[in-house]
Amino acid sequence: MTLLLETEQLKAFYGPTQVLYGVDLAVESGGITALLGANGAGKTTLLRALTSMVRTEGQIRFEGQALNQLATEDVVRLGIAHVPDGRGTFVHLTVEENLRLGAYVRRAKREVDRDYERVYGYFPRLGERRRQQAGTLSGGEQQMLAIARALMLRPRLLLLDEPSFGLAPLVVRDIFHILRTINTDEQVSLLLVEQNANLALELADHAYLLETGQVVMSGTAERIRGDETVRRAYLGY
Amino acid sequence: MNEFLHQFFSGLASGGIYASVALALVMIYQATHLVNFAQGEMAMFATYIAWSLIGAGIPYWVAFFLTLAISFVAAVAIERVIIRPFASAPVLASVCVFIGLLAIINSLAGFIYTYTIQPFPSPFPEHAWYGSVYMSPHEVGEMVVTIAVLALVYAFFRFTPLGLAMRAAAQNPVSSRLVGIRVGWMLALGWGLAAATGAVAGMMAAPIVYLEPNMMGGILLYGFAGALLGGIDNPWGAVLGGFMVGVLENLAGTYVVGADLKLTVALVIIVGVLVMRPSGLFGRPLVTRV
Amino acid sequence: MTSVSEAANGTRSKAARVAGLSMVLWRRLGLAAALVLAVAIPFVASGYHTFQFTQVLIYAIALLGLNLLTGYNGQISLGHGAFYAIGAYTAAILIVKLGVPYWATIPVAGLICLVTGFLFGLPALRLEGLYLALATFALALSTPQILKFKKLEAWTGGVQGINIDKPDAPFGLPLDGDQWLYLFTLVCLIPVFWMGRNLIRGRVGRAIVAIRDHPIAAETMGVNTAVYKSLTFGVSAAFTGVAGALGGLVTGFVAPDSFQILLSLYLLVGIVVGGLASIAGVFFGALFIEFVPIYADQLTDLFGDRAKALPWAMFGVMLIACMYLMPTGVIGLIKSLGARIARSAVRN
Repeated sequence: MTLLLETEQLKAFYGPTQVLYGVDLAVESGGITALLGANGAGKTTLLRALTSMVRTEGQIRFEGQALNQLATEDVVRLGIAHVPDGRGTFVHLTVEENLRLGAYVRRAKREVDRDYERVYGYFPRLGERRRQQAGTLSGGEQQMLAIARALMLRPRLLLLDEPSFGLAPLVVRDIFHILRTINTDEQVSLLLVEQNANLALELADHAYLLETGQVVMSGTAERIRGDETVRRAYLGY
Repeated sequence: MNEFLHQFFSGLASGGIYASVALALVMIYQATHLVNFAQGEMAMFATYIAWSLIGAGIPYWVAFFLTLAISFVAAVAIERVIIRPFASAPVLASVCVFIGLLAIINSLAGFIYTYTIQPFPSPFPEHAWYGSVYMSPHEVGEMVVTIAVLALVYAFFRFTPLGLAMRAAAQNPVSSRLVGIRVGWMLALGWGLAAATGAVAGMMAAPIVYLEPNMMGGILLYGFAGALLGGIDNPWGAVLGGFMVGVLENLAGTYVVGADLKLTVALVIIVGVLVMRPSGLFGRPLVTRV
Repeated sequence: MTSVSEAANGTRSKAARVAGLSMVLWRRLGLAAALVLAVAIPFVASGYHTFQFTQVLIYAIALLGLNLLTGYNGQISLGHGAFYAIGAYTAAILIVKLGVPYWATIPVAGLICLVTGFLFGLPALRLEGLYLALATFALALSTPQILKFKKLEAWTGGVQGINIDKPDAPFGLPLDGDQWLYLFTLVCLIPVFWMGRNLIRGRVGRAIVAIRDHPIAAETMGVNTAVYKSLTFGVSAAFTGVAGALGGLVTGFVAPDSFQILLSLYLLVGIVVGGLASIAGVFFGALFIEFVPIYADQLTDLFGDRAKALPWAMFGVMLIACMYLMPTGVIGLIKSLGARIARSAVRN
């Protein structure tokens, strides 16, 4: 398996405050990688660093290409879609307009049109509400919309920040099921930030554990799940 | 009754001009949360450019569209070069920059074209068939042009991908970047579009108020009043607000305060709206986060 | 071996001294020198220059008013020209229509503007930054029209305005009109600045600045934001109104077209160039807005009537340039120079 994304000694800053202290991370092509850690560990910051939303030092390489100097808009054009925490839906636009924006950088109109149907296939509820204003959707539906919008990019790497946040367990289960389907059917690699470690480790192949801006453990999902300290601190048993 | 109708329709006609200015103001406000105090001067300068072109022998409508194009490009340049560096500056700094821009453009016009009042041609002949006792041909023509421009702008934002991207960039720049929209350029384009809309207002107003560097001062004020009345973050509210202000101005001027104090009507509307209902009639209520 | 605190104390008292004198003493000397210079002007300068320097003093008072509101309290006013106009018209009407002696009109103008400003400040409470700027901009744009209003013509003199006879020196003093007006203005300026300075240095000043920088924190700490903001508006208008009254006296007439939006924007430029939230800065600002148009005017020979446009252009450029290069104004520049001198004095 090839490395899709790797970081080397990645540091990240909000203004003068340093939040990441040299993170080495690798996402394999076609895999699902989870980023675990408590509140404030720097998981969201790491995702933001990958899409140039914060100031960084260190190396980020996507398919061998350095990402550091690129603006967010250009990182997106390389095929990285980021579903931010808080979902970032365009609340005053309709569902369909949100999806159309997801495909903003793509040129092939016919393929984009086909992708609407594909995405509605994954999320039929969105299809029912396509002309509805996005802000009036429920939390779960907005999360689906956010993921659907990201999929409209036809990304090779999908970054997800806390997709389960604030959602009912059944809805979360549906979403995670769809994430797995997307990964297997469309070879979209996933990098998933989750506070709900159980869920994340069930889905992921690999995992990283972040504590106060540094990686303290990494390995396959099974190994992490089996680790004593992780179980006590993050899995609750 | 006749007088009332005359004032009403006349008010609608001037309302069209105010609506265009209001739309220009709101377009920039929506994207940047800043009020372009220099909007009037930009429109005035564009009108002078049209005047020069027409004076050089270019037919009216060619000059008209050429002016729109020039205004567009100039505004994009102004946004990128002068306004952009102050994007995250405190409000006072931005206000100073806008006022500075106002002063520079006004004086540039005065310097290049002098302060002599000039007549500006109307493309609508004085005795055209569509004139009536209620509205002169110019007023009719100007309303049609204004409404056409507003409709085009609406269609642009509603139905084109670029328009959608600009709307998105104004509402949520962070998410816009995450779908690959170059937010910076969207802002610049917004400025260009606003300037072109303002230029239309200027060219439609000049035949009535005559061309001179200070011609847009009052009109700008009415534009502000219209934008605030309709809701400064709602473009179509602002357009409606512009028309309402036009009618109110004429009716108040005729029946309440007299023609001399018409500008005060704008002041009263502005202060009244800001104090009683800052989000305007159709805007979203403003919420400040603590 | 000296302890850390001893060393720190030593450094602190060293930093306060340049050429053997403390900074406080330097500042007092500077003030005394400026005062001497100021009093000397009418006796060494020509009548016309004296007139110009009188105008500088008047602008300084007006700028102090605006700076109080915008610089120290953070409320942006693009309409202070309106208060200047109210002050000027108050003086004119009192003198010409009501026969009040000219010196009495100054405090009355101040009082009337205090009330007007406070009343305007009340609804302005609900307006933040940009919206207040918009409202005051509207006020400034409509001021000339209101002044030209036919129904008030009996009082305001309509478009022509009112002419005021320039007062002579009292008690038969051997001063001509210009010299007397200059000294009279100076005499009015001193208490205004004294008041302003005490206001700013005291508790009120701290509250005002706190409201500018952290309005919500100030509110939660018990500062009655609403009262302070309205009062600041009132006092700011009062100072500017006093300046307006003096201005009317000195120019000898008031007319609506003297109070266009230009005036309000000149005042804005003045405080930006001089330095926001600075008392000394207003003098630099006043010098700037008085003399730049005059020098630009001299270019009339080259450019004819178009030269009218130049001061406007200069102001616009200065506004943008200052925001870009010199956001703290001239006084900020001087302060940083002074700090650098003080620091090098410490090292030596």
